[in-house]
Amino acid sequence: MAEFRLPKNSQISKGKHFPAPDDAKRVKTFRIYRWEPEAGENPRVDSFDVDLDRCGPMVLDAVIKIKNQIDPTLTFRRSCREGVCGSCAFNIDGKNTLACTTRIEDIDGDVRIYPLPHMPVVKDLVCDLTHFYAQLESIEPWIKTDTAKPSRERLQTPEDRAKLDGYYECILCACCSTSCPSYWWNPERYLGPAVLLQAYRWIVDSRDEATGERLDELEDPFKLYRCHTIMNCTNTCPKGLNPAKAIAETKKLLVERRG
Amino acid sequence: MSSQPNRPLSPHLQIYRWQISMLTSIAHRASGIVLAAGSLFLAIWLIGAANGPDAYAAVNGIAASWFGQLVMFLWSFALFYHLCNGVRHLVWDIGVGLDLETARTTGFVAIGVAAALTIFVWIWALLA
Repeated sequence: MAEFRLPKNSQISKGKHFPAPDDAKRVKTFRIYRWEPEAGENPRVDSFDVDLDRCGPMVLDAVIKIKNQIDPTLTFRRSCREGVCGSCAFNIDGKNTLACTTRIEDIDGDVRIYPLPHMPVVKDLVCDLTHFYAQLESIEPWIKTDTAKPSRERLQTPEDRAKLDGYYECILCACCSTSCPSYWWNPERYLGPAVLLQAYRWIVDSRDEATGERLDELEDPFKLYRCHTIMNCTNTCPKGLNPAKAIAETKKLLVERRG
Repeated sequence: MSSQPNRPLSPHLQIYRWQISMLTSIAHRASGIVLAAGSLFLAIWLIGAANGPDAYAAVNGIAASWFGQLVMFLWSFALFYHLCNGVRHLVWDIGVGLDLETARTTGFVAIGVAAALTIFVWIWALLA
């Protein structure tokens, strides 16, 4: 059931302020969500004044600078720093996206950074994705076949291959699923846009032979049909993919096979 | 869900930036609730009509008051909005109009057409 307010232990208090060096000319304030598991306190939002003349152009550059030079306890995930790995997905300026591909100068006013919404927080900007990954595993995102193994690769026409465009590029950053109000209210039973996009990616793959079985698995009032086409997923995808479209196409396939 | 039960839940509605797609979605649900409540009044009006001229006049008196008219105005807007956005959903269900630009445009169109229809119907009703 939808719980719009944050639980008591999750309400955010005011945090510390870290001023910029006195000689800084171009200062931008970063307001970052903090939670320390061992402190026994509620989360807080610290503000860090960063000198942009001594910082790279992307939000991730600033976050790394803060960790390196201001507060080494700041905790977050990052890896590729070029929008390929999906590690540095945060809620930045009210929208989920990758810190490494978001330019600081594109954000008006203070840069507010929170962990991905409506997720259990492990520490600071790191949230627990265990359940998300378990849901991904549940749709069996790998090729399934019954026919005998061919002596070479399983071939696909260029037309069939093109059906995967816009779906295979997903990097599983979880921006879309954690932007979805339906997923916020029913995370246990609704699979969420990222996992449903993956499911569709295998449903339309001409080489996969378990299409019917995959559709059977999705035909469920919660797993698939909690999507109400709110479209926050498509709005937020840092790779420009369209999970809402994948879900709509899946719903169509379910109707069509009924005949 | 997590091994540590005292883990806080990250903020969601509190921090998420409102956008047209999110607004039209929640407004669709809200207008549906308004319509359900409004149909109760329709039932009361019919009961009034079935109970003779006095009861009918009493119900009509409430409906014609400024408050009654305000409620009916909002109700008619809810009706037209739910209709327009419902058409938008029907089109989405055939897999059309789901790209970002179109979805954004049709969101504004749904609100605009609903407002125009509401105003048109009220001008027509007040002149008739």
